[in-house]
Amino acid sequence: MSLQVIKHGDVVVVEVDGQLIVGNRQELKQRVLDEAEAGARKVLIDFAKAGYIDSSGLGVLVSLAKRLRELGGDLRLANLNDDLQTLFELTKLDSLFQIADTRERALESF
Amino acid sequence: MASNAALDLRFPSDVQQIEGIVAQVVRSCRACRFDGRQLSLNVPVALTEALSNAILRGNADGAGKHVRLRADVTELRLVLEVEDEGEGFDLEACTQDPTTLENLAREDGRGLFLMRSLMDRVERFRGDGNVVRLTLLRR
Repeated sequence: MSLQVIKHGDVVVVEVDGQLIVGNRQELKQRVLDEAEAGARKVLIDFAKAGYIDSSGLGVLVSLAKRLRELGGDLRLANLNDDLQTLFELTKLDSLFQIADTRERALESF
Repeated sequence: MASNAALDLRFPSDVQQIEGIVAQVVRSCRACRFDGRQLSLNVPVALTEALSNAILRGNADGAGKHVRLRADVTELRLVLEVEDEGEGFDLEACTQDPTTLENLAREDGRGLFLMRSLMDRVERFRGDGNVVRLTLLRR
C-alpha cells in the first residue's frame, strides 16, 4: 500500500493505493494522526486506487473517525468500489461514515 | 482448461507475509475460474482474516512461531486450512455481531464475522495444531 496526501483548502485528502490490511494499517493511522496533530480537522480518505480492506483496516478507519470527531472534525470516505461497498454494508459501517461516490462530492460535503 | 491446484506452505508467523500468500491463493483460484467477486473480495479478505488471526491470536505474535496454510482448489470449490501453534478457540463463542448498536463503533471484533460472511463454511478443529478450515464454492 502507498499513501498520497493532498491538501484541498482545509480538507486533507489521503489517497490509498493498494490493500489496507493488518500489515500496513498503522501507516495510514499514523499519517492521519500526524495531519490531525498539525491541525487538520477535515480528512477525506479516497479509495479510488484501493484494493481490499480487512477488519484491521476497517478498525483503523473507525479509530480515526472517533479521534477526528473528538477534535471537532470529521473523517469522510470516497470512491468505494463494489467490493468495499459490500464490506461496509455487511458490517453496517456505511451507517457510521459519510461516503461519497466521488472525491468532488465528498469535498463539497464538508 | 481449468487446472486444480494444491498449496502447502509453512511460513514465519509475521503479518508481513500475508499479502504475498493471499496473492498466491488468488492466482490458483483464478486458474480454476472462480468469479471476479470471489477473487477480489471473498478469498482475499477471508484468508487475510484467517492468517492474521493465526499470527496475532493463535501464535500471539510470537517470534519463532510458524503458520501452515494448505489450499486445495478445484473448479468446484476452494478449501483452505490455516494452522497455528495456539490452543484454539470456540468459533461460536468468539464470533461477535459487529453490526449491533453496542458493537458498531468498536475498532475490533469484525474478523470472524467477515470470515463467516464471505465463506460458505468455516470450521475450527485440532490437527497437529489449531486449524481453521474455510470452504468456498465456486460461483
